[in-house]
Amino acid sequence: MLELPALGWQSIVIFVVFALSLLIATYCTYAERVIAAFLQDRVGPDRAGPYGLLQPLADAVKMFTKEEFFPGGANKVLFVVGPCLAMITALMSSAVIPFGNTMSFGNNLFFLQGIEVNIGMLWIFGVVSLGVYGVMIGGWASNNKFSLLGAVRAASQNISYELAMGMSLIAVLMISGTLSLREITLQQSVAGEWQVWNIVKQPLGFIIFLVCAFAETNRTPFDLPECETELVGGYHTEYSSMKLGLYLFSEYVNIFVVSAVMSVLYFGGFNFPFQYELRDWFVNSQGWELASAQNLITLLGTVGLFLKIFAFIFFFMWIRWTLPRFRYDQLMRLGWTILIPLAVFNIVLTGALILFGVI
Amino acid sequence: MQLTNRAKVLEKKPMTLAERAYLPAIFQGLSITMRHFFMKKATVRYPEEVRPFSAFFRGLHVLKRDEQGRERCTACGLCAVACPAEAITMVAGERKKGEEGLYREEKYAISYEINMLRCIFCGLCEEACPKAAVYLQPDKMAPPRFERDEFIYGKDRLVEPVSPDERSVKGIQLTPEQASTLRARIV
Repeated sequence: MLELPALGWQSIVIFVVFALSLLIATYCTYAERVIAAFLQDRVGPDRAGPYGLLQPLADAVKMFTKEEFFPGGANKVLFVVGPCLAMITALMSSAVIPFGNTMSFGNNLFFLQGIEVNIGMLWIFGVVSLGVYGVMIGGWASNNKFSLLGAVRAASQNISYELAMGMSLIAVLMISGTLSLREITLQQSVAGEWQVWNIVKQPLGFIIFLVCAFAETNRTPFDLPECETELVGGYHTEYSSMKLGLYLFSEYVNIFVVSAVMSVLYFGGFNFPFQYELRDWFVNSQGWELASAQNLITLLGTVGLFLKIFAFIFFFMWIRWTLPRFRYDQLMRLGWTILIPLAVFNIVLTGALILFGVI
Repeated sequence: MQLTNRAKVLEKKPMTLAERAYLPAIFQGLSITMRHFFMKKATVRYPEEVRPFSAFFRGLHVLKRDEQGRERCTACGLCAVACPAEAITMVAGERKKGEEGLYREEKYAISYEINMLRCIFCGLCEEACPKAAVYLQPDKMAPPRFERDEFIYGKDRLVEPVSPDERSVKGIQLTPEQASTLRARIV
């Protein structure tokens, strides 16, 4: 019987996940600019390094060398705590996401996942809703009316859309019967059938979740907390230097995490089509051991999950450079009078379908 | 009050279900931006790529020499008169004995200055010149500089170089044989 690993493995995984989310967030800034440029018939940054690939480095140097500015009358402690909190909460939520199935080396079996907890979904929810504190505290501590307005907007927007998001997740919960993200992923991989991804069973729930994800990450068309045309810069108006960088970064980390959650909940996580056939082919035709074949499939699954995540990140950026911003009353109306009733309807529909044994 | 009969009465119709659902319109917008994603980009990567000038672009002036390398300009002042921006000044002088190889006519310009900050590159000087001496080059621009007086171009920068090999492509175009005979004559 294989032993579960010591805690050391998990800390390595956590460290890798941490580094990966930061790296991906870094290159999201580059991708955002290039995609924006391409959608507008331009070419984007191409001066720093081949194809401008060193642009994030140049941006980081710029951010670090700028002046640390504290506005007069600002609460210095909270002013620093705000961006840190935003970054911490953004990074924390990636700990429970299963980035891959199990790998086994000799007698050691370990998960490609930071922490396997049976309340993974609740953890993500808790941490993501903490994220609004970073924005709120930063906006409050700036002693600036635009920052405060942005912060207030962020708070009310996040609370409004968390309701619909939670309710769309309840429907997923009803068909999976567990809160563990690993369990939910594994349930979407019945041998030989990749069509059982949750998106097939929950198309309406997915759309609700997607819209709410845009609102939760403060992305266009719901980027009212930082809309530069109305509020200068929203909650980060007064921020400069790397504190501003942390805010911008945490937004991209949030996008990464939300994309990962969507891939796990609705698009089969680390499962990919014909994975079991591929494993059996390696074992039967190529004469591999079952363990090493499984390891290979796990790695391929991780690559697949990241491809799904990148596709979602691209979608986020694609949407951003396509749609204009909502007005604030439109945002609230969409959240409260359309998405929440739809989510409730989705719960009832899912319940009925389960009752009659359709899904 | 109705001024024309072209006014259209707009009827404010309630939105259909598809319109109220946002999603069809969003997909339409997404398809439009995706089309642009694959379109040819309008950007010219400047230092590496240069946008080609028009064939009749009017750029930096040049004072031409004739086939024997003599300055064509006789300082008649017609270009200065024609210039709407009053950018051209010149001082005329008389050709001395022994300078026949330098100046074509008996009168020539001792100094000839164009202020490139005043010049509007209209090309009227080129049209006014009876000696076909001043031209606006189609492939050169007055480059940016730091000081105002650096924009006043004197004869040192305006007159075409003597060496036939350095002749600009436009204007007098010499074959290699012509160039070598000309060089022999100058030396």
